[in-house]
Amino acid sequence: MAKVEFKEALCKGCALCVIACPKKIISVSDRSNEKGYFVAEVNDNSLCTGCAACATMCPDVVIDVYR
Amino acid sequence: MQQVFKKSSLLTDTPFHYCPGCTHGIAHRLTAEAIEELGGNQGVIGIAPVGCAVFAYNYFNCDIQQAAHGRAPAVATGIRRVCPDKIIFVYQGDGDLASIGMAETVHAAARGENITVIFINNAIYGMTGGQMAPTTLIGQKSTTSPAGRTAELQGSPIRVSEMLATLDGAAYIARVSLHDLKSVIAAKKAIKKAFDYQVAKKGFSMVEVLSTCPTNWGMSSEASMDYVKNEMTKVYPLGTFKEIGL
Ligand SMILES: Cc1ncc(C[n+]2csc(CCOP(=O)(O)OP(=O)(O)O)c2C)c(N)n1
Ligand code: SF4
Ligand code: SF4
Ligand code: SF4
Repeated sequence: MAKVEFKEALCKGCALCVIACPKKIISVSDRSNEKGYFVAEVNDNSLCTGCAACATMCPDVVIDVYR
Repeated sequence: MQQVFKKSSLLTDTPFHYCPGCTHGIAHRLTAEAIEELGGNQGVIGIAPVGCAVFAYNYFNCDIQQAAHGRAPAVATGIRRVCPDKIIFVYQGDGDLASIGMAETVHAAARGENITVIFINNAIYGMTGGQMAPTTLIGQKSTTSPAGRTAELQGSPIRVSEMLATLDGAAYIARVSLHDLKSVIAAKKAIKKAFDYQVAKKGFSMVEVLSTCPTNWGMSSEASMDYVKNEMTKVYPLGTFKEIGL
């Protein structure tokens, strides 16, 4: 059991988490936050291993990881 | 479930103002985590540069003094003389550290000042809109080398780590990168080690961090990471250039 949570208001849509995820379960959505950035989201938390690769590569410390 | 990744307590809740994909944010986080692992923020003083990281005092949850352009190691020296036991870190870009502040950098290292410098080498002046830095690669375009830097016209890039490693006062000098997971993990280790050298009062420590500037490079976040991996590391090889032993 693992999951990730995105603090969306902080996301800048840079997609570095998308590239980092070995399970390829993150994508940049077509929803934008207050700053006007399209935010990243996880498509299927059930596939998440909690490896934290996404959080480690996120420059804006958007992602919390639980395992 | 337990939280296995969360923001370091040495970072405030203020959102970073950096551009999307800019690795200044990763470098801030690694610095904060490394200091946190030393134990708390009670005895920590940071020195912020002039450059994109000028607002570092908003982001680090410790005392910070912002210095005039390039003077951060001199300010750190003053603080060290009155605070012999604090953890003191300096955070500087390549324009700040290697252009206007080169003298302060070299002399702080030569004096063996017991401080830790986090040196962000993004091969350009970010804050002011993309002028050439001493670290700009041959062939790299900037607003002041619009046709690409040439050795004939602008001289060759300066390898600060290799140069400072020749000085007796330097205790630990390493170059790391942030272009992928593996390199970020290695970067964290090096930054931690630099602080270990400071805690052991061994002298000057610096970690040069190869970093991106997607905005002024005119590249996507992903292409910027590839540029660091494929181009910058050729000119700036990763590794430890000085390590006197703890
Ligand atoms: C005395 C002085 N000269 C010039 C400037 C203009 N200036 C501001 S930031 C900067 C360079 C920033 O580049 P760098 O240190 O590489 O940091 P980055 O913004 O890329 O993180 C310059 C030249 C200044 N603020 N003060
Ligand atoms: S790396 Fe961070 S800021 Fe970039 S898209 Fe992912 S969550 Fe958003
Ligand atoms: S924790 Fe690992 S598996 Fe889960 S979303 Fe992040 S990178 Fe992907
Ligand atoms: S200008 Fe460059 S270095 Fe400055 S925040 Fe933007 S991407 Fe980062």
